[in-house]
Amino acid sequence: MEKTDVKKKKGPVRDFFCTLGADLREIGTTWSEGDGKTKLSFLFFGIGPIMRGRRLLGVTFLVVEAALIAFIAGFGWQYFSKLGTLGTVETNASSRVTTYGDNSFLILLFGLLTLCAFFALIFIWRLNVRENRREELLLKAGKHLPSSKSDFESLFDSNFDKTLLALPVIGIFVFTVLPIIFMICVAFTNYDANHQAPSKLFTWVGFENFANLFSFGTDGFGSTFATVLIWTLVWAFFATFLCYFLGIAVAMLINKKGIRFKKFWRTILVMTIAVPQFVSLLYVAKLFAADGLINGTLLRLGWIKEALPFWTDPMWARITIIVVNIWIGIPYLMLIATGLLMNIPEDLYESARIDGASPWQMFRSITLPYMLFVTGPFLLTQFTGNLNNFNVIYLLNQGNPKSMGLVGGAGGTDLLVTWLYKMTINDTNYRMAAVIGIMVFIVTAVTSLVVYNFLPSVKDEEGFQ
Amino acid sequence: MKEKRSSMKRKRLIGNIFSYILLILISLIWLFPFVGLVLNSFRSYKPGVEYGGMVDYLVPKTFSLDSYRFLFSGENNYVQWYLNTIIIAIFTAVLQTMIVLCVSYALSRMRFKGRTLLMRFWLILGMFPGFLTMICLYFLLKQMGLTQAGAIPGLILVYVASSGMGYYVCKGYFDTIPKALDEAARIDGASRARVFLTMTIPMSKPIIIYTALVAFMAPWCDYVFASYIAFGHDSSYNVAVAMQRWVWTGDYQGYFTRFCAGGVLVAIPITILFMLLQNYYVEGVTGGAVKG
Repeated sequence: MEKTDVKKKKGPVRDFFCTLGADLREIGTTWSEGDGKTKLSFLFFGIGPIMRGRRLLGVTFLVVEAALIAFIAGFGWQYFSKLGTLGTVETNASSRVTTYGDNSFLILLFGLLTLCAFFALIFIWRLNVRENRREELLLKAGKHLPSSKSDFESLFDSNFDKTLLALPVIGIFVFTVLPIIFMICVAFTNYDANHQAPSKLFTWVGFENFANLFSFGTDGFGSTFATVLIWTLVWAFFATFLCYFLGIAVAMLINKKGIRFKKFWRTILVMTIAVPQFVSLLYVAKLFAADGLINGTLLRLGWIKEALPFWTDPMWARITIIVVNIWIGIPYLMLIATGLLMNIPEDLYESARIDGASPWQMFRSITLPYMLFVTGPFLLTQFTGNLNNFNVIYLLNQGNPKSMGLVGGAGGTDLLVTWLYKMTINDTNYRMAAVIGIMVFIVTAVTSLVVYNFLPSVKDEEGFQ
Repeated sequence: MKEKRSSMKRKRLIGNIFSYILLILISLIWLFPFVGLVLNSFRSYKPGVEYGGMVDYLVPKTFSLDSYRFLFSGENNYVQWYLNTIIIAIFTAVLQTMIVLCVSYALSRMRFKGRTLLMRFWLILGMFPGFLTMICLYFLLKQMGLTQAGAIPGLILVYVASSGMGYYVCKGYFDTIPKALDEAARIDGASRARVFLTMTIPMSKPIIIYTALVAFMAPWCDYVFASYIAFGHDSSYNVAVAMQRWVWTGDYQGYFTRFCAGGVLVAIPITILFMLLQNYYVEGVTGGAVKG
């Protein structure tokens, strides 16, 4: 048993080196068996295809190579070369003429971009070598090479995936991948309010920020992080499961035999989805305010002596937020559950009824297992979505009430993401914001992995089919 | 036997009455904020009678259109904010739907090298919180001149650029269209692009409407990126960023009814649109939930 486990772990690593080895060997044979055109292509991409008559492909290779090299040499290198220190010359603004020094932000960002350009260059080079090899083998076998025209047409047929994915992949690279790599790097620097680019430099500090996150001294982030993390998990748990069960309950109530105007009831609930959240949530936030309608009415009726601290007491605020979230969450679940409940075979209930099962028993042994089975993955995405549920928290009470016991401007109802947001906007404490961002990722990834492997629909795919 | 049936009937009747009471109660709770919002928007602020802040009663003492008049009086940029949001929403809906369709088709129908790697990579990317990238995005957009005054195209770019990762629901739908149809058309000589444009897309009307609807509604609520990218430039705010100031700033006392009026005007068209396309939305959400 243990032996197989070890083998499994070795698998991907060994696979990787095997592929790498095979690749290098193939490059070697391409060089040794290749003709002059191929050998020239090793330096000038695409020369081989051009000389063999595939102009479109060859020129594309050549243009991409030229563009990448021009980018690296003409623009990227000045930043890339300083990536190790993130700049040494500080901007001098003390004399009348400001002399600009290094900008750490630009060095880090464009340095990373240049690094990516290097990888892209190697990748294109490899594609180019492989293409040369393929062409030579085809010619040796006495076959014809595809013409430029058919190369172009293949972009809409056999290579249609490249056409379709080119734009989305570039978009995701520039606007998601690059920024994420950048911020991961920021977590290892001292980029904060005291080291603002461009007037000040920031530099690498290793794991100092992570040590700060887990230090439980007075200035350390440790206790605040623990508080916020626990509340985030508690919130996500309640927000997910309360809405889930209550949503199913409401759906069953509406679906009940003999209830009329089903569409009408549903439409009323769906209003909450339709009305933009910033309108409804901000109004609800004010409903519960100290001078709001609810407190005002209760005071006028004489039921309470002073306003209930819906948003000002941490515990009250947490409960209020969970309750308001039920108001938002039930309609979604009601919609989903309505469709699914109708899929449960009626004869299951019929036979249960003949056996004398009570409605509660039927719910527990038919409806609930079926729903859990079908919506398992959905519950997981709901849970991770709630871990990052910015809008509800921020629009309702902006993560307040603030507390003296918490550092980094965190409040009683702050989730990790709203805390991250506050540190970015209010404190410009980018270094710690980046660390928190990585922590959010770890929490999300770990939850997903652990829960995913426990899901009944993953363990036993045939269960209800 | 007869007695038993009638007792069962009575039991069911009582059960149903109870259910109706519950449903009416639920409806009241769910509608209450919206009724309150509309009523507040019509409250006047005649000095001595009422004022435009938060009050502890629901029905206004005197009705007036003052708040609505204020929105269009030119004292603020409400019309501009509204137009901004509509422009952002329309462009986002169109472009995002196109990108999602392209990605979904490629991932559902084509088998290329690195396909699973790409899907896994995007799944992991999705686990990073979106705000993490905020300052970097701001800087990138600033380099292109797409912040403050140019915030509207900038925001559209941000929303659209990463929308490829949200392909799950649409791909799930494509997976249910039989592959045999594609194969048949390809044997007849149609290229992939032709199959995609003339067969798959016309067959996917529900999922296209769902994707566009969700994409259209998102910009109306976006606060985080919109406020950061348009920072300090009043005329390129969207409604959410601009109007939440009326609630949170210190003098919200005077602006609360104006916020309600503005909110009502935002909510009405969106709600009508949503109600009209409700069935598509339900189909998309349910399909997405089951496939996960």
